[in-house]
Amino acid sequence: MNWQAFIEVLVGGLLSGVMYSLVALGFVLIYKASGVFNFAQGSMLFFAAMTCAGLVGKGLPLWAAALVSLVVMVALGLAVEKFVLRPMVAQPEISLFMATIGLSFVIDGLAQIIWGSTAMKLDLGVEDMPLEALMDKTGIAVSQFDLLAAAVAAVLVSGLAVFFSKTKVGRALRAVADDHQAALAVGIPLQRIWGIVWGVAGFVALVAGMLWGARNGVQFALTSLALKALPVLIIGGFTSVPGAIVGGLIVGASEKLAEVYIGPHVGGGIEAWFPYILALGVLLIRPEGLFGEKIIRRI
Amino acid sequence: MSERTIGGVILDLRNISLSFGGVKALTDISFDVREGEVRAIIGPNGAGKSSMLNVINGVYRPQQGQIAFHGKTRHDMDTHEAAAQGIARTFQNIALFKGMSVLDNIMTGRNLKIKTNFLQQAIWWGPARREEIEQRRKVEEVIDFLEIQHIRKTPVGRLPYGLQKRVELARALAAEPKILLLDEPMAGMNVEEKQDMCRFILDVNEQFGTTVVLIEHDMGVVMDLSDRVVVLDYGRKIADGLPDEVRGNPEVISAYLGQAH
Amino acid sequence: MFYREAGQYKTSYADDGQIFPIRQDRYAIAVLLLVAFVVVPFTASAYLLSGILIPCLIISLAALGLNILTGYAGQLSLGTAAFMAVGAFASYNFVLRIPGIPLLLAFALAGMVAAFVGIIFGLPSLRVRGFYLAASTLATQFFIVWCLTKFSWLSNNSSSGIITAQPMQILGYTFSSPASKYLLVLSIVAVMALALKNLVRSNTGRAWMAIRDMDMAAEVIGFPPMRTKLLAFAVSSFYCGVAGALYAYAFLGTVEPDGFSLDLSFRVLFMIIIGGLGSISGSFIGAGFVFLMPIALNMFFGATGIHMPESVKSNLEQMIFGGLIIFFLIVEPHGLARLWQITKEKLRIWPFPH
Repeated sequence: MNWQAFIEVLVGGLLSGVMYSLVALGFVLIYKASGVFNFAQGSMLFFAAMTCAGLVGKGLPLWAAALVSLVVMVALGLAVEKFVLRPMVAQPEISLFMATIGLSFVIDGLAQIIWGSTAMKLDLGVEDMPLEALMDKTGIAVSQFDLLAAAVAAVLVSGLAVFFSKTKVGRALRAVADDHQAALAVGIPLQRIWGIVWGVAGFVALVAGMLWGARNGVQFALTSLALKALPVLIIGGFTSVPGAIVGGLIVGASEKLAEVYIGPHVGGGIEAWFPYILALGVLLIRPEGLFGEKIIRRI
Repeated sequence: MSERTIGGVILDLRNISLSFGGVKALTDISFDVREGEVRAIIGPNGAGKSSMLNVINGVYRPQQGQIAFHGKTRHDMDTHEAAAQGIARTFQNIALFKGMSVLDNIMTGRNLKIKTNFLQQAIWWGPARREEIEQRRKVEEVIDFLEIQHIRKTPVGRLPYGLQKRVELARALAAEPKILLLDEPMAGMNVEEKQDMCRFILDVNEQFGTTVVLIEHDMGVVMDLSDRVVVLDYGRKIADGLPDEVRGNPEVISAYLGQAH
Repeated sequence: MFYREAGQYKTSYADDGQIFPIRQDRYAIAVLLLVAFVVVPFTASAYLLSGILIPCLIISLAALGLNILTGYAGQLSLGTAAFMAVGAFASYNFVLRIPGIPLLLAFALAGMVAAFVGIIFGLPSLRVRGFYLAASTLATQFFIVWCLTKFSWLSNNSSSGIITAQPMQILGYTFSSPASKYLLVLSIVAVMALALKNLVRSNTGRAWMAIRDMDMAAEVIGFPPMRTKLLAFAVSSFYCGVAGALYAYAFLGTVEPDGFSLDLSFRVLFMIIIGGLGSISGSFIGAGFVFLMPIALNMFFGATGIHMPESVKSNLEQMIFGGLIIFFLIVEPHGLARLWQITKEKLRIWPFPH
């Protein structure tokens, strides 16, 4: 076995796993607050990337485009919370989930009506090239861009961790995640918390969308990231931020390794389903995920 | 109640202990239930009463203890086996099937009596239809007995609380159980509804000879209805006996009034 | 004649358990069937038959299948198209590899293969629920399409898995004209819809709904959760599988694995949400609605003279579907079928609603 190649694949996988984690983060936030797997998170990400790239295309500098997109995304998040999630309080989670599927169609359609259906480019100023210093020293190719993405993810995760543990809103959110009714009873303004979380989720979608868009092009395929996030969350656990990170890394690394080392024996293309089979395995052994809270059902 | 006959022990629970993680719900509880009697389980909130019922019909599996029922002693019960051998129950928080009509809900109670398979049911004509009509006849008897004819086609979700409780009892009765477990059948009812429910429970017990195990908070109801009472507190059994004996038991009084043990 | 049930007394439980307890409904459905079986084949144009009615009926069958699983048994599935693909490719292989096999037997066997696959991928439902299960059915979706593309034996070594369905022959008669294909599809769909109605009004249907509404209570009453759920997966996949076979044989003729995409699965899901979860008629209404809406939209733009590029139109269509899904889930989770029922109830007591 060629160890250098193995490490290259592994590192490449882990770094793209970071990008999955970034996507999964938005799901965890919303799951904690609203108790729903937001299928539309991928579409929000697509919408954010389209908006940002579209504005840059119209001649805005990147920072201004990002800022405007942020405002748009927060507004979108708030609107979703108000018009979709709030009227559906107390419905079974399966209905909520289906509603977010509908939502994803609305957002996808809207994004393409506004910005068109053709793929766009988004240049963040960092190229997807191997880092030369590392290449020279060890002979292992690691993309600069992936490193940037990993750094951004790390900052975002630590920022969110501080946000949740130290701020009043964060504490309130954890209370809401534990028990809506009890949170209401102690005077936590539920709807404001929900609004904030959806706003933050919009922000996370923007960051992830910009990174993914810069890497793979701003195109409709970005929406399918929501599908990739599902196994990430099942492996990591729906309620856990560290779970999203670890789950993302596991999915990223394992799908690349599987593609390289198992793929050739079965005709390739297994990346499309491998994470799901992996997630199924985790489900059967540990339904709450690696970091999730064990759910005890009372009757 | 002179014509009632109380037979031998039909269900015997020995040294049952149950815990969730580190939390002990039941500690070393033993009691028995005799055929044809009304057996009450009482105790303050969180005493482990519902857990006890859940052990009896196999929803929870105790870590220790034995359950003797239907000529067999086992470590724990299996829900399906419990249902198949004639244990039916109602739940503290109504557990009806919300998307179905009253009639369909009660029909589910007869599922273990149904012999046709899904292919015969898909064809419908012939055995499946005959069986359906036969089961419907039995269900209508239960509906008559509980006086809910007028609501049989109503979706259960639209019924007031008291009637939902009655439908749940009907569903349990439709199974023609040997033992009926009732988890707070009168909680949240007004006086009139309580009286109705009391009458139904006594009628079931007297007319069909069904053994009843009952959890109830209303002491008046318990004293009137039950033959023997077991008292739980913090997952332990603190008294067991005739209603009058239990009522005078100082430990029971202190448990209910919250004095230090 | 008023829509009234006054004077129609039910004197036996058999009468009371009829599919259409109200006499006027029975007349209406009889007329509908008469039109569908006798009038339409002779009067409808070839386009109407092969372009609209045949695909509508086939997709309704898939919607029925998904409704068994999601509407009746409460298990969400995003893998409908995969089960259809299994049916299409299985029937192709049965006809190809077993010379002289009766076509209907091949369809039934294809349905059974789909049912078997459904049971395998339904196994996780024994431990997980809700959108966790969605992950399992997504795995089905991707895995099956991948298998059909990669294992060329399944498509008789054709490039990228494209298969061309053999001509449909039953007892020496070849179904080649649109009207004959339509009648074949209609008959199969009608029989399967009736069988499903029978299932859901008997114990099997009650078991599914009980598991859906409150699984713990269902188990305590004696419904075995494993058998009930897996049966739902099996029957649902059987219906989807037969729909897939018809999709290949009676509608498209030539299909490829990628044609059975996640998008198709979503479309079928939308049909049952809009038409009505847990409703047989809802599956038909929803399928018709989702299938016809784009056509109606096109006609609307054509009539009003608003010019719009194709891409905008398809995006608008997508947004309307998405919006309708949200609308129905919020306002009327039982869909168009329930709205129709409410209308009928109002009609029954019209003009004196109190």
